[in-house]
Amino acid sequence: MSNALPVQLSAKDFKSDQEVRWCPGCGDYAILAAMQTFLPELGIPRERTVFVSGIGCSSRFPYYLNTYGMHSIHGRAPAIATGLSVSRPDLTVWVVTGDGDALSIGGNHLIHALRRNVNIKILLFNNKIYGLTKGQYSPTSEIGKVTKSTPTGSSDAPFNPISLALGAEASFVARTIDSDRKHLQSVLRQAAEHQGSAFVEIYQNCNIFNDGAFEVLKDPETRDAYLIRLEHGQPITFGKDGSHVVTHPAGSFGLAVSEADQVDAGEVLTHDAHAEDPAYAFALSRLAGPDLRHTPVGVFRSVRRPSYDELVRNQLDAAKAKAGEPEADLAALLNSGDTWTIL
Amino acid sequence: MAEHREGAGQAGQLSEHGHPAKEIHQLDRVVIRFAGDSGDGMQLTGDRFTSETAQLGNDISTLPNFPAEIRAPAGTLPGVSSFQVAFADYDILTPGDAPNVLVAMNPAALKANIADLPKGGTIIVNTDEFTKRNLAKVGYEANPLEDDSLAGWDVHKVGLTSMTVGALAELPVSKKDAERAKNMFALGLLSWLYSRPHESTMAFLEKKFAARPELVAANKAAFNAGWNFGETTEGFAVRYEVPPAQMAPGNYRNITGNTALALGLVAAGVKAQLPVLLGAYPITPASDILHELSKHKKLGVTTVQAEDEIAAIGVALGAAYGGALGITTTSGPGVALKGETISLAVALELPLVIVDVQRAGPSTGLPTKTEQADLNMALFGRHGEAPVAVVAAQSPVDCFHAAIEACRIALKYRTPVILLSDGYVANGSEPWLLPEISELPDLRVEYATGPNGDDGKFYPYLRDPETMARPWAVPGTPGLEHRIGGLEKADKTGDISYDPANHDFMVRTRAARIEAIDVPDIAVEDPSGEAKVLVLGWGSTYGPIGAASRALRQRGVNVAQAHLRHLSPLPKNLGEVLASYDKVVIPEMNLGQLAHVIRARFLIDVVGYNQVRGLPFTSTQLETMLEEVIKNV
Repeated sequence: MSNALPVQLSAKDFKSDQEVRWCPGCGDYAILAAMQTFLPELGIPRERTVFVSGIGCSSRFPYYLNTYGMHSIHGRAPAIATGLSVSRPDLTVWVVTGDGDALSIGGNHLIHALRRNVNIKILLFNNKIYGLTKGQYSPTSEIGKVTKSTPTGSSDAPFNPISLALGAEASFVARTIDSDRKHLQSVLRQAAEHQGSAFVEIYQNCNIFNDGAFEVLKDPETRDAYLIRLEHGQPITFGKDGSHVVTHPAGSFGLAVSEADQVDAGEVLTHDAHAEDPAYAFALSRLAGPDLRHTPVGVFRSVRRPSYDELVRNQLDAAKAKAGEPEADLAALLNSGDTWTIL
Repeated sequence: MAEHREGAGQAGQLSEHGHPAKEIHQLDRVVIRFAGDSGDGMQLTGDRFTSETAQLGNDISTLPNFPAEIRAPAGTLPGVSSFQVAFADYDILTPGDAPNVLVAMNPAALKANIADLPKGGTIIVNTDEFTKRNLAKVGYEANPLEDDSLAGWDVHKVGLTSMTVGALAELPVSKKDAERAKNMFALGLLSWLYSRPHESTMAFLEKKFAARPELVAANKAAFNAGWNFGETTEGFAVRYEVPPAQMAPGNYRNITGNTALALGLVAAGVKAQLPVLLGAYPITPASDILHELSKHKKLGVTTVQAEDEIAAIGVALGAAYGGALGITTTSGPGVALKGETISLAVALELPLVIVDVQRAGPSTGLPTKTEQADLNMALFGRHGEAPVAVVAAQSPVDCFHAAIEACRIALKYRTPVILLSDGYVANGSEPWLLPEISELPDLRVEYATGPNGDDGKFYPYLRDPETMARPWAVPGTPGLEHRIGGLEKADKTGDISYDPANHDFMVRTRAARIEAIDVPDIAVEDPSGEAKVLVLGWGSTYGPIGAASRALRQRGVNVAQAHLRHLSPLPKNLGEVLASYDKVVIPEMNLGQLAHVIRARFLIDVVGYNQVRGLPFTSTQLETMLEEVIKNV
């Protein structure tokens, strides 16, 4: 294998020799297949690609990719990936996590990685349930959810992962769905190209413990009315033949959905993923209700700000520009300050 | 004190100022404690006095003691901060059991420290602060300067504040700034009293207040006023000298344990030719290591101040996976939080150094006070069978060498290593004979560059037969792509394995590879060769144990001393050493954690001597205790 770019690789090159052990029918298979066919596109050699995961069904992901990988501990993948990314700018580092891993036990690391804008790509597989521990509610489960640990319904209000990421100052925030390979890959592509933290929520079906959680977004009968596809620079329309549009009513902080023929064309909002003010992306993230009606997918926000890695690297480089031979510099350091000599 | 012997004076000369020169007495050792309010600058005053003293060539040992609160209410007992410095014309091991001189900047400082000052000792007290209100704050019903409650001591009543303000009257500084310079007046007086050189303090003031020249002038003037006051006042009839100690030739600097530890980590990176990455979350008393390391980017050190203790070690582990020397520094509460990640590092078999600057627990405990009660946690505090190497530092200077040793073991054997320091060695200081870089150990290790199997394949868990370490195959190496994780791994391949026999084998292998780490034999100091009692210590008790052992030998009492640097694995000769004495005594600043290990491991009925007062042992108490044990053997 050569280090020269671009590298010609195929999906096969990214498949590891390990037997995949998710439940038959799990949405993770589709995401894995999408990733394996997408990775060759990047032209990045396998050895420079690293997947770091936490704990949970989704976190088995690294075992199935023939790159470098670490299956770490619950919730801590963003912290470990931060250390790797900061010290190894030559690597492309992906974090694979789930709704429990990233938003419950690892919530702190997620928000801090995003605010620092560490150059890592975080894929949050959201199935709104704890799968590996066999079916307890998660921090994205809807209120009232009946599970093994909430036989009379959950009293916990859920997180909205997109809103959370935006609140944490994320510079790239997107959402996609396991079953739509084309859309999934297009979002992955944009995440991979982003400098800094990229946060991608992937709606993923757990067919064992929470089957059909996102069915309304997939069923041809309902999806047109439920799903809003965001395209940068395009008017936000959805529904059969663009029957519905998103507008920003005067005097309101939020956005609204209207029938297309009820508003002037000029009132239809044009999607601007590069808007500096995160309030717009936040408003988008609040469009969908608990029933998933009006769920936007695509890139909510993609703005450029210096990554943590770059800022750290700049300071290091500036200091190293003044460095001499390391052992001589070390000797000078030890001998600095108030010293005296005994003859 | 026995060591406070007086030599010939030189009386009768005239000083340069025309006053009759004061008589000069020679002393071989002095212990001074500067005590005042947290805002009085006592740590800085002590530091400066120490630096002046070091330049003179005395051996030194220091003990700062300060509250956890940044500014406790002014003038109260909880707000008292002190700095004790011992200096001598011979090599000393501790900052002294008790001061000879107490500088008390206010009633609280007097009240909090007077019990430690033996009768006959000197008290220099700032009378200006002995107001009715300040006396009432600390519960003095009468002014102790005005009744006979200080009768047994040599009390010097000095208006430190008012004289400082008076001396600065002509200078363009506010009254508040003038009052703040009173610590420099005190320093000037003490520097005169003990004949200390003042050039380094002048240079220090110029640098510290470079942006405010009026403060440079004010602080210098306050220092000189204190010096001149000593020379002119009738109150001090005698001044003292402590001649230089016999010390090995070379370059020296005074160093605290935390700074030495940080420099040891920098040195380890240089000698390993690896970038150093520190992940840390601020915590007393370890934060100074983070501060120090953050200055050394030029030498390849990156510091990440993480969002919490868990992230801090995660960052370090991620960097270690990427081929850096990964380090995290913390205190006990932080180690508790890092346990799961240390366990992951045990499973991943990656190099990682965890520095625990111990403080008194449990819980928040006494954050600024010392203790050795994290030994059990270091040895056993993880889920599953998760053995790691454990190294302890025994003195401020030793923190440098212990840090290098911890890094050596981590890199060579690809294992987490816990390095134990504590508040006493971390904040204490002593002169450091600066090492030659070429004499420091070579820590270079090789990354894996190609397949290691006979079949031309790469096996991430195929071990080096000598070190039992697995290859360090860092991302970016073509052809060695592999996955590692916390799930149990099959021997050699590192694939996930639920096989019972494999798990049993891997657990035993992880234990065996820690036991197989090459650590030096423990040395015994038993000059007579006739001692029947061995005193065994670890970590920061080295100073007081050493001083007590010396004092006993000087009186003809035989005692053997041995000190553990390596607590896991233990030195191979330890059992033999322990068995060759009739009694083994283990003093510890905990309730017997090492004693427990030694009893379990060697079936020896050791004598534990335990104290958890947040303060180091005094050598006198250990001397008394050891003599009692020796008598009864």
